[in-house]
Amino acid sequence: MVRFDHVWLKYRREGEASLALSPDVIMDMSFAIPEGGFRWLTGASGAGKTSVLKLMYLAEHPTQGRIELLGTNAARVSRREAAMLRRRIGVVYQDFRLLGHLSAYDNVALPMRLARKSEGQVRADVTELLRWVGLSGKLERRPAELSGGEQQRIAIARAVVGRPKLLLADEPTGNLDEEQAERLMALITGLNGMGTTVVVATHNLSLVERYPAPRMEIAAGRLVTDG
Amino acid sequence: MAERLTPILVAAMSFLAALAIAGSLAAASLAGEWTQNTGTALTVQVPNPTDNAAYGKATRLQAVLKILQAAQNVSAARALSGDEVNTLLQPWLGADAGKLALPVPAVISAVWTGAGPPDDLRGALNAVAPGTLAETGARWAARVAALTGSLQASAVSVLFIVALVAAAIISVATHAGLAQRRETIEIIHGLGALDSDIADRFAVRAAALAAFGALIGTAAALPVLFWLAALAAPFSGVLPVQGATQLPFALWVALPAVPVVAAFIGWTTSQITVRGWLRRLV
Repeated sequence: MVRFDHVWLKYRREGEASLALSPDVIMDMSFAIPEGGFRWLTGASGAGKTSVLKLMYLAEHPTQGRIELLGTNAARVSRREAAMLRRRIGVVYQDFRLLGHLSAYDNVALPMRLARKSEGQVRADVTELLRWVGLSGKLERRPAELSGGEQQRIAIARAVVGRPKLLLADEPTGNLDEEQAERLMALITGLNGMGTTVVVATHNLSLVERYPAPRMEIAAGRLVTDG
Repeated sequence: MAERLTPILVAAMSFLAALAIAGSLAAASLAGEWTQNTGTALTVQVPNPTDNAAYGKATRLQAVLKILQAAQNVSAARALSGDEVNTLLQPWLGADAGKLALPVPAVISAVWTGAGPPDDLRGALNAVAPGTLAETGARWAARVAALTGSLQASAVSVLFIVALVAAAIISVATHAGLAQRRETIEIIHGLGALDSDIADRFAVRAAALAAFGALIGTAAALPVLFWLAALAAPFSGVLPVQGATQLPFALWVALPAVPVVAAFIGWTTSQITVRGWLRRLV
């Protein structure tokens, strides 16, 4: 379950006094996504899609309002509990956010190693997942040695390797060809079918039409359509 | 860059710490030696020693010596020879002190075992030889104790400042490391790393760098300490010896603690710095 209850968000301005805040980027947003649900998050660039996702993966705290994630009040968790909550959330970032000094294998293995999984389990899961996204021959390559599409596939593999309860994806098909995009969507819908709650932010409306699901549309920081 | 400089700067701090520890121990040792020797010393000066005593047939010196030898709290009373007195006067009167036609008093050295000042003894001595001075080293011992106490306090202050500077160096290096790896840390944090996962990595590295630097600094201080120990040997009543025994045992215990303490400072400072920095992240 993901629930936003009258959520507002302003960003703290980097390098300025702690009270220096941006204008509102999310305004009075309320919605609920049931456990195992799927939502498209659509809207023009700058509408606030990424900000909504940031609130969902605990990269930001709301300025006002209440957020419930996987049955937990996100405002009331300790730092340790927040870290544990993040381990149950898989995120595909728009800019991939891969570690440049690690190989494809080690990037994907990172969430499992942070969760103290055994190396045997890490090897089995990571190898299988990289094979599935078509990168089994490039396990030792570093991100800089891979194309944008390949980097995105690593980012996707990393997001799902821990079998997250909540999967958030920010423009996940942006750098993929049609075949890869279809495979990714098959993976995401497959995870969703196994009970993972999924939110995919995109401005690719043809993708939204091919995979019909409830849609939340954001405009200028406000939720204008939900359903 | 700051990280590379850390071992060098910590080495410099450890070098100073080793000297401060040695200084503190040396001050304590010398204070013990000096106060033990001077605190119980009794010096008696008898003017006109060959004149007749106020009563009896003996000279003033003989009468005073007799009283001292019979006194309960006095032992090892002995009149210094003319050469010994001249040696004592040399710093003030020069090498020809013995040839000057000055009325030099006789000097008796003894050991005073009484608790307080020897007032009664002074009275008895002046009765047979008026003008006789009797002084114990208690006053000097107190001054020496105060001086060495100040030296030890200074050494402790130096150690405290050195520890603070080392902590500041490690904090700056850790901040530089955090700035350099900011993106990586943010990604790992986003994937669910605990603050302790991140802080431990920095702390282990900071502790290793600090311990390595401290090891170098302490080792570099050893030749200087051997040299200082050789210089101080005549003052401490220790014969000049070579090798490990030249330094006191307490110093051999304290010096290996320097890298251990440096590692602890590095680990703790890094933990505090990283955890404080991570608080910026939600």
